[in-house]
Order: sequence, then C-alpha cells, then structure tokens
Amino acid sequence: MIRAVNIKKSFDGVEVLKGISTIFEKGKTNLIIGRSGAGKTVFLKLLVTLMQPTEGEIWYGDVNVTNLNKRQLIDLRKDIGMLFQGSALFDSLTVEENIRFPLDMFTRKTKKEKQERVDEMIEVVNLEGSNDKYPGEISGGMQKRVGIARSIVLNPKYLFCDEPNSGLDPKTSLVIDELIQTITRENQITTIINTHDMNSVMEIGEKINLLHMGKLAWVGNKDEVVENENELLQNFIFASPFLQRLRKQALGK
Amino acid sequence: MILSFFYHLGRFISLLRLMISKPENWSMYWKETVRQMNDMGVGSLIIVCLISLFIGAVSAVQIAFQLSEQIVPMYYTGYIVRDMTIIEMAPTLTCLVLAGKVGSSIAAELGGMRQKEQIDALEIMGVNTAAYLVFPKIFAALFIVPLLVAIAAFVAIIGGYLAVVPTGMITATEYVTGLRAFFVPYNINIMFVKGVVFGFTLTAIPAYQGYYVEGGSLELGQANMNAVVFSNIAILFCDFIITLMMT
Repeated sequence: MIRAVNIKKSFDGVEVLKGISTIFEKGKTNLIIGRSGAGKTVFLKLLVTLMQPTEGEIWYGDVNVTNLNKRQLIDLRKDIGMLFQGSALFDSLTVEENIRFPLDMFTRKTKKEKQERVDEMIEVVNLEGSNDKYPGEISGGMQKRVGIARSIVLNPKYLFCDEPNSGLDPKTSLVIDELIQTITRENQITTIINTHDMNSVMEIGEKINLLHMGKLAWVGNKDEVVENENELLQNFIFASPFLQRLRKQALGK
Repeated sequence: MILSFFYHLGRFISLLRLMISKPENWSMYWKETVRQMNDMGVGSLIIVCLISLFIGAVSAVQIAFQLSEQIVPMYYTGYIVRDMTIIEMAPTLTCLVLAGKVGSSIAAELGGMRQKEQIDALEIMGVNTAAYLVFPKIFAALFIVPLLVAIAAFVAIIGGYLAVVPTGMITATEYVTGLRAFFVPYNINIMFVKGVVFGFTLTAIPAYQGYYVEGGSLELGQANMNAVVFSNIAILFCDFIITLMMT
C-alpha cells in the first residue's frame, strides 16, 4: 500500500499540486486520471521518488519515503518497477538483454537461473520468438510488453505505469491493461497507473483518482463512473457527445 | 554569466562526486568500461592515425623546407618533428580530434538516454546512473587516450619520414640521426600527463553536458555543440597550464 498525505509541489513559485491525500491499495490497479496539465505526471514522479514534494509525505507501507537519502532510495527502488511512457528500453540491448538487465545488475543468480527467469517473463508477456530482436525492430505494443517484463523481473512490490497505452491501438491497449491487471492480482503488488485512456478507466479502474488543477477531484472505481454525477468526472470521461449519449442510454435516460 | 559559470561548475563537481561510489555489480561496470575502451580506442584508431600521419608529414616538409640552404644541419628536421610531436602535436591535436569524435558521441548518447527516460529507468531500478553511465567512460579514457596519443606520436614521426625521405628532401640517415639527437625522456612524461588530463577533460565535460540535457532535439544539439566547444577550450587551457608547470 502507498499513502500520499497532503502532497504539495511547486515549481518556481507556481503550485502544481495543491495538497493531495489518497491511498493506493495493494493487489489493485490504482489509476490516476485527469486532463493534460492536471499534475498527473508530477504526482507519479513524486510517488516513484524521482522528485521530492514541497510539502507532505509519501508512505510505502510503514516507511516514510519523503526524505530518504541517496543510499536509502537506491535500496527502496529495488522494490519498485516502472513502465515508462516510451518504454525506455535500452537501444543497444536485445529484448532478452533488456529483461535480464536488472537480474545482471542486482542478483547473484547463475546464468541458467537468469535465463529461466527471462524465459518465464517472456512467456508472461507473450513475446516468444522475439528474444534476439532489438527495441527498434519491434512494434510499440511489443516494446511496452518488454518494458513490463523488465519492470517485474525482480518481483517488485510496487509497479508504476506512466501512460501505458499511449500510442497504441485500442486492441493492443486492452492486451496491455489485462496484462498489468493480471500481474497485479497474481503477485499482489501495488500498481499505480497514470492514464488518459478511457478504455483503461472502464476496464481496470479498481481505484480511480481524478486530478483537476492540482487537486484530487474524485475518488471511486469503474463501477461508479457511469452513475456518479460529479461534473468534472463526467466532463472528463464522457467528453464527446457520442459518449454522453452512450452514458444516457446506459442510465436509461 | 559568472553566476551561471559557478552553477555549472558546482553541478559538474557534484556529478563527479556522485560518480564515486561502490558499484552495484563490479562485473557490469567492468563490462561497460571494456565496451567504452573498445569504442574509444578501436573506434578512433583510424582517424587518429590518419590525422597524425598527415600532421607529421606536413610538419616535416615545412621544417625541411625552412632549414634548406640554412646553416642549421638538415638532421634537425627529425629532431624538431620528434619533439614537436611528442610535446605538443600528438597530445593536443589528437585530443582536439577526440573531443569532436568521442565527446560528441558521449553527449549524444547520454542526452538521448535522458530524453528517452532511460536514465530515469535506471534510477528507478536502483542504479547509481552517474556511476554506471559516466564513470566507465572517464575511466576508459584515462587509459585509452594516452595510448592513442602515444600511437599518434609514433605515426606522426613515421609520417614525417615518409614525407621527406622518399621525396629526397633529406636522407634517411639525417632524419634518423635527428630523431636520436638531444632526446629528453622527460618529454615522454609531459606527453602522457597531457594524455591523461585531456582524456579526463574530453569525456567528463561531454558527459556532464549530455547527462543534464533537458528539452528536445534542439537542446540535445546545443548540448552536443557545448560538449565539443567547452572540451576544446578546456583542453587548450589545460595544455597551457601543463606546459607552464612541466617545462
């Protein structure tokens, strides 16, 4: 579980986050949604300890991670996996080498044990046959899957995903969402996803945090989205007239 | 301007300080260092040899021409080419060329990694990125650059021979006599000290420029340009200081 307590963040005197308090639950896919400029990326970077908040605290379980020193952060980060928006794969390494990188860097496993773990990960993300390909030789969806495999290869307790569906077609997006949800449930990890994708909200939004202008505007789950009358939520989720008609039909109006 | 200089100097020193820490995994660091040695050494060997060959050749022709019909003996051509090459031409010119080739490549590699969030990805994994990405480059340069400088000096002297002996400007005996005359072994020390200092300069400055890149392709281009320009200036400045101190 990750807890954010009254998080504030300012850049050059401009307050981007204005006191956010929320809980991200273990074993669930926790979503952070909101319009561009709402502060989602900054919030995610604070949660993942890539930035320090101006005010407030972030707790990983019973550990306050807000003011850890470099050494403590390095130790903490061994429990964190992150899927980046652009996948952030290492261009000079193959699919297999990308997934094996954390194993090579942080474990003392034998070559055989590492290979077994890599093969297991490749099977989990359905990338059999792509072991020796370079990131530039595979599609965006496959790159995301490699990114997921690399982020979970060390069995992290916390998984962060920054826009996992950006640039993907709806069908591939569903595959990625299902994969993240399955991994979250099976490994009982705390997953936090920063997304714009409405399909993701409706499919895997077990806990949804809507940010608006640096504040937490709504918290709920996918089952509450259609019926909830929060204006900010409805304007964001059902932005187009077509979606608004669909919502009315669903509500029987 | 002055504030900006001290800001960058402070951040540069802080990067160097961050770089010195116990590696997460020695073998991964060693692997990366060997890769850098290969890229810098083997990758730059041809261009270094080519440039040195012509520098040696041009210097020898010029010197032989200036000395002809003078009272100074012609064997001085070999002597001047040798000392000029060892003390100044080989370390300085080789490193100016390497600052362009290796320096811009380092700035582009690290800048690209920063922009594609690969550095963030490493940080999140718990890797000390300053140590893993910057240290092997500098460490590799401290060994490879002096070696390249020594090869450059040797090739330049050969270049001089090929330019003036077969063309009949001076005889082989005169050139070789010149090479063996008034030899001061201390000059070799100057060459290697310059090689080590310039090796550090031409990797550390571009690494700093690339590591802290922000923005898009324009900023990356700017960082690349700064990497080459600032390393060149730093190399020439260090050249002056070392020359003052060691001669």
